[in-house]
Formats: sequence, C-alpha cells, structure tokens
Amino acid sequence: MELVQIQRRLVDYTKSLFMEGFLDAQFLQLQQLQDDSNPDFVFEVVSLFFEDSEKLLNELTIALDQPNVDFKKIDSHVHQLKGSSSSIGAQRVKNACIAFRNYCDVQNIEGCLTCLQQVKQECYLVKNKFETLFRLEQQIMASGGSVPTTELGF
Amino acid sequence: MESCNCIEPQWPPDDLLMKYQYISDFFIALAYFSIPLELIYFVKKSAVFPYRWVLVQFGAFIVLCGATHLINLWTFTVHSRTVASVMTTAKVLTAAVSCITALMLVHIIPDLLSVKTRELFLKNKAAELDREMGLIRTQEETGRHVRMLTHEIRSTLDRHTILKTTLVELGRTLALEECALWMPTRTGLELQLSYTLRQQNPVGYTVPIHHPVINQVFSSNRAVKISPNCPVARLRPAGKYMPGEVVAVRVPLLHLSNFHINDWPELSTKRYALMVLMLPSDSARQWHVHELELVEVVADQVAVALSHAAILEESMRARDLLMDQNVALDLARREAETAIRARNDFLAVMNHEMRTPMHAIIALSSLLQETELTPEQRLMVETVLKSSNLLATLINDVLDLSRLEDGSLQLDLGTFNLYAVFREVLNLIKPIASVKKLHVSLNLAPDLPEYAVGDEKRLMQTILNIVGNAVKFSKEGSISITAFVAKLDTLRDSKAPEFLPVLSDNHFYLRVQVKDSGSGINPLDIPKLFTKFAQNQSTGTRNSGGSGLGLAICKRFVNLMEGHIWIESEGLGKGCTAILIVKLGMPERVNESKLPYMPKMPTNHGQTAFPGLKVLVMDENGVSRMVTKGLLLHLGCDVTMVGSSDECLRLVSHEHKVVFMDICVPCIDSYGITIRIHEKFTKRHERPLLVALTGNTDKVTKENCMRAGMDGLILKPVSLDKMRSVLTDLLEHRVFFEAI
Repeated sequence: MELVQIQRRLVDYTKSLFMEGFLDAQFLQLQQLQDDSNPDFVFEVVSLFFEDSEKLLNELTIALDQPNVDFKKIDSHVHQLKGSSSSIGAQRVKNACIAFRNYCDVQNIEGCLTCLQQVKQECYLVKNKFETLFRLEQQIMASGGSVPTTELGF
Repeated sequence: MESCNCIEPQWPPDDLLMKYQYISDFFIALAYFSIPLELIYFVKKSAVFPYRWVLVQFGAFIVLCGATHLINLWTFTVHSRTVASVMTTAKVLTAAVSCITALMLVHIIPDLLSVKTRELFLKNKAAELDREMGLIRTQEETGRHVRMLTHEIRSTLDRHTILKTTLVELGRTLALEECALWMPTRTGLELQLSYTLRQQNPVGYTVPIHHPVINQVFSSNRAVKISPNCPVARLRPAGKYMPGEVVAVRVPLLHLSNFHINDWPELSTKRYALMVLMLPSDSARQWHVHELELVEVVADQVAVALSHAAILEESMRARDLLMDQNVALDLARREAETAIRARNDFLAVMNHEMRTPMHAIIALSSLLQETELTPEQRLMVETVLKSSNLLATLINDVLDLSRLEDGSLQLDLGTFNLYAVFREVLNLIKPIASVKKLHVSLNLAPDLPEYAVGDEKRLMQTILNIVGNAVKFSKEGSISITAFVAKLDTLRDSKAPEFLPVLSDNHFYLRVQVKDSGSGINPLDIPKLFTKFAQNQSTGTRNSGGSGLGLAICKRFVNLMEGHIWIESEGLGKGCTAILIVKLGMPERVNESKLPYMPKMPTNHGQTAFPGLKVLVMDENGVSRMVTKGLLLHLGCDVTMVGSSDECLRLVSHEHKVVFMDICVPCIDSYGITIRIHEKFTKRHERPLLVALTGNTDKVTKENCMRAGMDGLILKPVSLDKMRSVLTDLLEHRVFFEAI
C-alpha cells in the first residue's frame, strides 16, 4: 500500500478509537511525550500496561473465586488497574474499573463478577485495537515515513 | 481479980475525953466502911476502870482500918481476951494490907498520872484536826464557788453578763466589800472603770495606765496585793474606816474587737484589764493563798470567756455581712440576667423587624434586575441591590456584635478579587462624594495581588465604613484611598506596640490608607473612637447621625483578620488619615481546568524545559509511573523512579528539587513520608518540594495534603502542558495547589 494511504488509515483509525471512546486525551499526551530521545515510549507504556493488567486480572479472578472474598484486596487491585488505564488513556477500561469499584464498595459479589467480565472484555478489546494501531505504525515506519501526529479539532 | 494485959486506963470511962474518943472512933469506922461502899458502887456504875485489883486492895485496907477502929471501941472498957485477940488480928491484917497497898501505889500512881497526860495530848490533837477540817471545808467550798463561777461565766456569751456575774459571784464567795473592773481605753493609755459590784453607776473616771503598781500587776499573772492608796483601789469614798486589803489581778484580753470601744489603732501585744478586789474594811481578814488562787483562776476564766464572746460576735457580724452581700449579689445577678435577656429579645425582635423589609428590598430588587431595564436603570438597581446586601450584612453584624465580643464569630474565608473590592467601594461611595463635591481617588500599588484569601464581605464592609466616615466628615476637598502590600518596615511603624506582624510565605499584609481633608479629630479623642457607642460630640458632627457602632465593628473585624486599624489626625480642621492593616492569604493559582479533546498548542507559558532538574517520582503503579516519567523526561528533567516509600526515603536527597508522590489511599502512606522528609531536611532550601499526584477530587484529600506539609497537589491525569505550568509555578512560588 502506499504510504499516504497507510498514514490516512492510521489517522482514521485513531480517530475512530477516540470516537468510540476507547481512548481519551491522555493517550494524546502520551503520544506527545514520544520524541527522538524516546521513540518507543508509547509502545513501551502500552506493553507494560497489558502485562500489568493481565496479572491484575488473574489476581482478581482468583480472589473472587475464594469462599471468603477479600474485598479490600480486590478494591486495591481494581484501583491499580484504574490508575494504569487512566494513565494511558484507556477510557472504557477505566470506566469499567470505576463500576467495578462501586460494586466492590457495597460488597456485591455478583456485581463484581459481572464487572470483572466486563473489564476483561474491555481490556481484550483495547488490546486488539492497540495491536492494530502499532501494526499500522510499524508499516509506516518500515516504508520510511513518519507517524502523523494526531490533531483533533473538535 | 484477974488483970488484963492491956494497959490500965488512966482515966475512968466516964470521962468526957473518953466519950469524945469513943464517938470519933465510931464515926471513923463508919466513914471507913462507907468509902469502899461508895467506891464499889461508883466503880460498878462506870464501865471502865482498869485497876479493880487495886480497888479491892484499897477496900480491904480501909475495911480493916475501920474494923480496927471499931474494935477499938470495945477496948475503952474492960474487955475480954477474945476482944483483944480479935483486935490484934485486925491490926495485924490491917498492917499487912496497908504495906502491900503502899507498895502497890508506888506502881500505880505514875500510871494514873500518865493517863492524864495522854488525855491532854488527845485533846490538843482533836483541836488541831478541827482546825484543819475547817480549812479544808473552806477550800472545798471555794472550789465549788470557782466551779460555779466558771459555769456561770461560761454559760453565757454576753460580755456584760459575764462580767457582772463574775463580780457578783466573786463578791459573794470571798465576801468582798468591793470588786471592780478597769478596762483599757481606746487609746490604750488609760484604764477606765467599767464595772463595779456595789456602786451601780461606775463613775467612769480613768487612770493612766503607766503607773508602777499597774505595771507590776500587768507583768505577773498572779494576783498581787496592792496598797489601798493606789489610784485603782480608791473605789470607795474616803471614810473613817480602815480600808481592807486590796488585791489586783490582770485579765488578758485575748481578742480585740468590739469591746464597747471600737477599732484600736494598733493591734499589737496583749492588752490587759485590771480586776481589783477589796476585802471588807475594819475586818481583820487577810488574803489567804487559796483566795488569791481563786482570784487568779477566775481572772483566766473570765479572759477566755470574754474572748469567746468576742469571737462569736465577730463571726456573727461577718456572717450577717456575708448574707447581706449575698442578697445584694443575687439581686445584681438577676438584674444582669434580666438586662441580658431584654437585650437579646430586643436584638432578636429588631433584627427580625429589620430583616423583613430588607428581604423585601433585596428580593424585589433582584426581580427588578431580571426585567427589561435601561442601562442607567440597571446601574441604579445594582447599586440598590449592593447597598441592601451590605445593609443586610450590617444587620447580621449587629447580632454578631455580641458574638464578636465572645469571640465566637468566624470569618468566611474565600478567594476573592481584591481589586474588585476596591472598585465596588469606589462605586458605592462615588454618588455621595459627587453630591458633596468631594474628589475621591483610588491608588492601588502594582505589587498588590489581584486575588487574595480572606473574608471578602467583611473586608469590604470595613473599608467602606472607613471611606464612608471620611466622606461623612469632610465638607470639601478630596479623599484619597491607597492600598499596597505592607513591607516589614512599614508594619513596624504602626502605632501599636502589641501589633506583631508575622510574615510568612502564604500571607501578606494589606495596608489601606484613607486620607481626607475634612474636619479632623482632636488627638485626645482618638482612643475613644473605636469604643462602642461612644461618639465625640463636637459641633461639626452632631448632625451626621450614625450609631457609633461602625468603627467598633471595624476594629473587631480587623482584629479577627489579625491586623490593626488606627486613625491619625493632627487636630481639628486638619483632616485625618485612617490606616488599616489586615492579613490576607495568598491565593492558589486559579487553574485551567481539564479540557478533554482539546490539546492546546504548546504555549510559551513559562519555561519550556527544565534542563537537569532533578526530580524523584514515587508511584506504585508501574504504568502511571512510566507515564509520569515520560512527561518529565520530555520536559528535560532528570528523573529518578521509586516504587515504594522506603525506596523513596532512601533515595531522596537535597539534590532533588521536586518529589512527585502518587497518593492513593490506602496504598502508600504519603503523609507519613511527607513528615519524614520534613524531618530529614530541616533547612527550607534544602528540602525538595513535595507534590502529590492524585485522582481524588475531594477537598478532604487536598486539606490532608496541605496539613501534612505538602507543597502542592495535582490531579491526575496530567497533561504535558499542565506539568509544564505546574513545574514553572512550583519553582517560582514554591507552592501549587490545584483548585478542586
């Protein structure tokens, strides 16, 4: 494919992610931090996020499976996840975490389980999205072009 | 004829002599026989006679003598041989018994004599015992008298009774002619005759106290015999009789009070009264030792009884006084309570009455504002609204004034626009000033911050009050209002020694000077200005009205704001300057709020990069830690990352200028770390700035951060520009609290 097309595709794709609420302005901040001294900043951060989130989700699953559910621990895990997701701008994950925390506060196990499912779902979704995004970027880089900076004028 | 061997009578029996002999013998015999009979008779009668044997002997002796003499009767005539032999037997027996008796008597007579001696001895002894008995009886009676006297004295607590009883009883016990009591006078230099026994009305004459005899009596606690010629002993009109012996004894006055002579000039050492006792004249009586002892004892008892009476009187008096005072206090308290209640009721009612129309005005003005108005009308309505709001505040403050006195009023702190306050004051005062043709000028120093933290309403009220006063009391000329930030030297020269300004980084002192060219104030009246309801009544101000409350309230507000307000004037007609200094807080930056989807172009707001700025970032969450690090790296900082509080404390050094801490409750005890970092770096410039990163948007977190000693708070997520401006502000002002 032609470079310009790929670039356009990237821009459109990124826009769509914003429109659908997968990402928010924080992600843009991250992109801004990427520069020559730090070329893979975004990639590193996002990878770190997914590693972290996987661990956390496993912990959460185990914790909710226990006969005596330790809501404090669950709350702290969800808090972590929320913090991480909001740091990279994964908006839907963050919202799901907020809902999860609410159920955790009232110690509603059913609600928590539902939320956990939801969070997992969202993580999975956003992971895919990111993978697509990075693939596109790699393609552009491979073709010798530069990744267009996202300018959103709403 | 036979002849008898006896001697032939020479004479014939019928001779007269013979006859007489014959009769005498007869009588002798009779007597001799009757004596033993008598003896026996009487001895038998008496129970005690120790010498019966002697009696028998004596009886036998006498009987035999009698018998002999009887038989002798027969020998006067011719008698037979039998008679002669009987006569001889009788004589022999008589002789024997006589000899024995004589011998016996030698033993008996000394005995009988000694009996007599013993009898005499016993008689003497009996007499002596009698005497002693009499003495003892007297003493016992005296003792009884003392007890009775004491009882009488102690049974009453009335001084007069005590003394009268003493004198009467003493007089009776000792059978005195006269008994008197001399009391020291008020001056203490004389003794005055106070009580006597016989004379009903004491003459009341006095005797100087420094008489040698009196001194002698006072110096000893024994009863002393004194001469009847002594002035104190001259109690009876001089008469023909010899005065009896006089004894005087001192009576210590143990407690000085009220003894019918009030308030001694000096309450010094012991004072004594003098008791003088006089024995009946013309009697040979002497003062016995036991009587003197009695007198001494009585004197002591009297002293004690008197002191008791005096003390009792004193305490009764004190108690009465206290009761009176209590009653008075109670009354005063009730009156005060009534007054307070009345005042509160009044205030409440007046407030209510005042507030109702106020509300009407405010409500209707606001409604009016909503309608269609011309700009002029709008301006007018706004002024009406502002004035009524001020008035409403004033009404509140009239009620608050009582709360101000208790110190229970609190300022409503908030961030406000300082410049706007001055502009409002100016707008409010301009109409009145222009009517009076006064020129008002406002001069705000350039370094005056635009925003400040304080109680906006009350500050405006205070400034308005001062400016209003300036306008009120000036008939012509100009009014100038200056406001600037007070520096330390200007603060120091305020005219109040107790005003100690303390400069700190979060506050500044606003100094406002309002100078007018009006009627001025007499410097002597200046202290009264700030007292409630005190108005100086100079002619120029008589018509200006006002309750006199304004400056008092202002002063209290200013005090609450830790400031000072005073007025300087050079005199009447020379205008005056009102100066007020208040402490206001520095505001935090009014932050640009988060704007989604609108990434700004990197503005040149502050520094674009902070080369080499050493920063420490502490965050448990790996992802957000990385993001923050990326942010700071992009800005050129030298970032150290730590993931736990222990690491943070270990690695933090004075080279780090800022420490960013992610506070997520309950993960890291960031407040604890803050305190520990404060402890570690005691010098202000060495300590890195501590900034909290948090996603919590509630005020509690912010307050906790401020209280723990953090220098800043930023809400996550942080954009690049936000971080840039935060760092700029931080490094410039050393504090940055985002508005939540």
